[in-house]
Amino acid sequence: MIKAVMVMNTQGKPRLAKFYEYLPVEKQQELIRRVFAVLCGRAENVSNFIEAESIFGPDSRLVYKHFATLYFVFVFDSSENELAVLDLIQVFVETLDKCFKNVCELDIVFNYSKEMTLLENIFWIHTILDEIIFGGQVLETSSAEVMKAVEEISKLEAASNAITLIPKSASGWRSR
Amino acid sequence: MSGPSLMDSLFQRTLEDLIKGLRQQLIGEQAFISKALEEIRKEIKSTDLSTKSTALLKLSYLSSLHFHDMSFATFHALEVLSSPRFSHKKIAYHGISLSFHDSTPVLLLITNHLRKDLTSTNEFEVSLSLQCLSRIANVDLARDLTPEVFILLSSNKLYVRKKAIAVVLRVFEKYPDSVRVCFKRLVENLENSDPQILSAVVGVFCELACKDARSYLPLAPEFYKILVNSKNNWILIKVLKIFTKLASLEPRLAKRVVEPICDHMRRTGAKSLLFECVQTVVTSLSEYDSAVRLAVGKIREFLVDEDPNLKYLGLRALSIVAPKHLWAVSENKEVVIKSLSDADPNIKIGSLRLVMAMVSEHSVAEISRVLVNYALKSDPEFCNEILGSILSTCSRNLYEIIVDFDWYVSLLGEMSKIPHCQKGEEIENQLIDIGMRVKDVRPELVHVSRDLLIDPALLGNTFLHRVLSAAAWASGEYVEFSRNPLELMEALLQPRTCLLPPHIRAIYIQSAFKVLVFCLSTYLMQWGSTASSASPDNLRSGVSASVSYESFDNLSVENGADATVTRGQTYTSASITNESILNLLNLVELALGPLFESPDVEVQERARNVLGFIDLTKLELLNSSVQGEKDLERRGVECSKTIELMHDAFSKELGPVSLSAQGKVYLPDGLMLVENLVGMEMICADIEPPSSNLFSFGIPYEEKDGVSFSNLQIEADSEESNEATSLLAEHRKRHGLYYLPLGKSEIISNDYPPANDPTLQGNINDNADDLVKLTEESLVPKRKSNHAKPRPVVVKLDEVDAKPVGVKKAEYKDDSLSGAVRDFLYGMKDMVPTSSQSNLPGKASSKRKGKEKQHTDPHVETKGNLVDYGNPSSRRRKHRSHGKERKHRSAREKNAEEREDTGQKEKEKSSYCHGRHKSRQRAEEPLNVSAQTTVIPDFLL
Repeated sequence: MIKAVMVMNTQGKPRLAKFYEYLPVEKQQELIRRVFAVLCGRAENVSNFIEAESIFGPDSRLVYKHFATLYFVFVFDSSENELAVLDLIQVFVETLDKCFKNVCELDIVFNYSKEMTLLENIFWIHTILDEIIFGGQVLETSSAEVMKAVEEISKLEAASNAITLIPKSASGWRSR
Repeated sequence: MSGPSLMDSLFQRTLEDLIKGLRQQLIGEQAFISKALEEIRKEIKSTDLSTKSTALLKLSYLSSLHFHDMSFATFHALEVLSSPRFSHKKIAYHGISLSFHDSTPVLLLITNHLRKDLTSTNEFEVSLSLQCLSRIANVDLARDLTPEVFILLSSNKLYVRKKAIAVVLRVFEKYPDSVRVCFKRLVENLENSDPQILSAVVGVFCELACKDARSYLPLAPEFYKILVNSKNNWILIKVLKIFTKLASLEPRLAKRVVEPICDHMRRTGAKSLLFECVQTVVTSLSEYDSAVRLAVGKIREFLVDEDPNLKYLGLRALSIVAPKHLWAVSENKEVVIKSLSDADPNIKIGSLRLVMAMVSEHSVAEISRVLVNYALKSDPEFCNEILGSILSTCSRNLYEIIVDFDWYVSLLGEMSKIPHCQKGEEIENQLIDIGMRVKDVRPELVHVSRDLLIDPALLGNTFLHRVLSAAAWASGEYVEFSRNPLELMEALLQPRTCLLPPHIRAIYIQSAFKVLVFCLSTYLMQWGSTASSASPDNLRSGVSASVSYESFDNLSVENGADATVTRGQTYTSASITNESILNLLNLVELALGPLFESPDVEVQERARNVLGFIDLTKLELLNSSVQGEKDLERRGVECSKTIELMHDAFSKELGPVSLSAQGKVYLPDGLMLVENLVGMEMICADIEPPSSNLFSFGIPYEEKDGVSFSNLQIEADSEESNEATSLLAEHRKRHGLYYLPLGKSEIISNDYPPANDPTLQGNINDNADDLVKLTEESLVPKRKSNHAKPRPVVVKLDEVDAKPVGVKKAEYKDDSLSGAVRDFLYGMKDMVPTSSQSNLPGKASSKRKGKEKQHTDPHVETKGNLVDYGNPSSRRRKHRSHGKERKHRSAREKNAEEREDTGQKEKEKSSYCHGRHKSRQRAEEPLNVSAQTTVIPDFLL
């Protein structure tokens, strides 16, 4: 079971936070803060795992990945495989990258402006994440399938809505 | 209302505007957000759903990334949800899954919305509502929407079906009765060939099996098929997780799966799957040697890999395998030890744990040396991690692995000198504990303590204060082993001791007292022996008598101790002269004089004790040394009496005492206790209970007696003018009953054995009630040279030291769910229930509809196992309140089922399900009562 997904930047500002069990916002904030406190003390080229039981309680594991200005953090329990979750982060990031490619042509996988693009499309990122993880369970591991579903959803949304809520930036990839 | 609403919709900021504005704001983030929140509060009341939904979206954003409470908008979210537009729905569901929880007041209002969307023809609407249900479902929602979920479980749209499968997990968890409806269809999905569906359903079973694996044993054949046939790594990983749980319950199953798992291990190129196979083997298949060997080989590959992740996981797998197959760790010893200096703290800690797993009687010295070297080089955090591991491993089971205690004590001393050491408290405890338990180590303990005390630099390190307190105590308590008590005294009274906290300073002073008494008594004896020109033997026997008392009965111990004492004595007697004694007394007076008025009572009291004692003896000693030989004997007798008395008081040995020792004390025959100790109040009003001694764990009753006795004596003798003393004496006279007996003869006359009585140590086996137990460690002859000497005796206490094993978690945490599942599975599989499942209806139940009225629901019965009755029963009451709705619903359910089910057999079963369902409803009233008394009726079978 995945317990939480967080994306935060290297200053500790949360860019995405999703907890699969209800937690009061104050608690969420505290957890993110504590995770960041551990993350920012870690060197490059060390393992992607953190002992998370002191933060998230017994039977908690944490995997993170660091891309330029962003940390992608997945918290889960013993019914997930560590390396598989690491792959899952890759799938998630790749999907984001494909979805928002035309916004930023820079070589670096993520940079500040890309981080901002993500932030402005936060609602879509939730949609993407929801296709991958459903109520804490991993339901989709193929980036292509996720893209397909998200595309359908955005079409449906556009059709249902005269005033589009899709940000211009995100609507670009839809027409491709 | 319409005014602002129109304005809102025309000039409303979108989420994008908000985010951009937040980035470019000049008024400060908090101010900007409060302004935005103000707008949102206005906008969200708008009647225009577009405005409302945008406001909700912005609020969701602020809630999820800026942590602002959005509970005020729960009802507005429901309003947006009622919009026919998909985009509005999506925003509403997003907001709801962020903010709703079990105690949200409007939670029940969502039921119909969810139901409507679950039955929608648009798969994405269905998906949204399933997603929401998986986040917010409570008992009522789960119960009321079970029929809809049931239908979706066989939806022909895979996109919907996989989500319906996933939502079942939450529905089962919240409403276990839904198992009767949905479980069969869930199981059918295990046969599905689509990897997405299979992945979802296996995922659900993996979660279920994590909570209670036993219930899912009957499904093992299905999982086995997947294990052998599937090519999808995600699915295989989940199936392996399931088998990890199942195989440890059923050995025959383990035998079946070990080969396929090894096959995967050999063939797969995916590290994740490989690691999962390894983990399964080392966790649940550790009896299969070939499999373990294969797994350990793979672990080795992980360990030497460049990727730190693989290294970390390899170490973790190794730590799982270590308890049963230590060879696996030893084979990889070099890699493990090298990892101690890895850059990654996770890897360092992992390898430290493994290194500690390798520690044995023979290797402890070598490994500790390596580790202490690493600790010296490490950062503070890891250094203490290392020290902590050494301390806990070595002290495990009463220092089980320690043979050479001299070595260990000096290691403790060495460890406390490591700059980053913060384990003072633990080292303190162990030093004292070992001092009391292991007689043979005392000379070395005193030696190590001296080294610690004498170094003035150590006093500046606050982390070391606890260690110093132990060192001070040990050197005072076992001063007879000291080579140079005078030097010790100087160390104890050095000016820098003012850096110590008062309670530790008090220990220093008390120890100085003991050293002083020892020096004086040695001096007297030496002086006495020369004066009376006694035989040379006199000194030796005198000392050994005063030091060892009857406690050194054990022959070997006595010899060893005596030898040391004699050696120390020779040294001491050479150095203690009249002059040095005078210097000593002056030093003490000089150092303790200022403490006479110390603000800390403990320090003050002890300082006064010492000074009082010196007052009493100094004059006579001075006189005697000045006056001629004739006078010596006469005067000496008087003051030596005092000194001897004190010496006797201190040389009584302290020992470890079981916490339950008091309970073992027989009540003496003639003793009449006032009921409930009523009389004690009167006494307690007069006198304060003795302040909790720092080392109180180690004071047996007789020692206490000795101490109180000696204290009384000092005070009575030395400070008769002192009011408190006289009061105390008077008190004692009045309430003598409550004091422990004074004389030694009385102690012996007591029925209970003294804690440390050495006469009992010999025939311990005869006396089962004995407090003290010795470890009869059989000596291993083929020990290395440094282990050549026998392991010294470690005093054990029978009860306290046998630490209780950590209480196991209640096995069936989710009992109502597993009960329901088992009920269903065993019924479905037509399996004859084993005795442990005798409460489950077997195949006969379907034929016995008539009897089903008496049928007690197994899920209620199994509740007997539950620790707290509160939850399920309260839930049950809740169910009852929905009784009507439920009958209505189950009729609908049946329709739904009949539509779906075609096979005759299936039909039979589902009707059986419903039959049971209804009968349960009928029987519910009486059940509620019987649920509390856990009866397992056998008449079912």
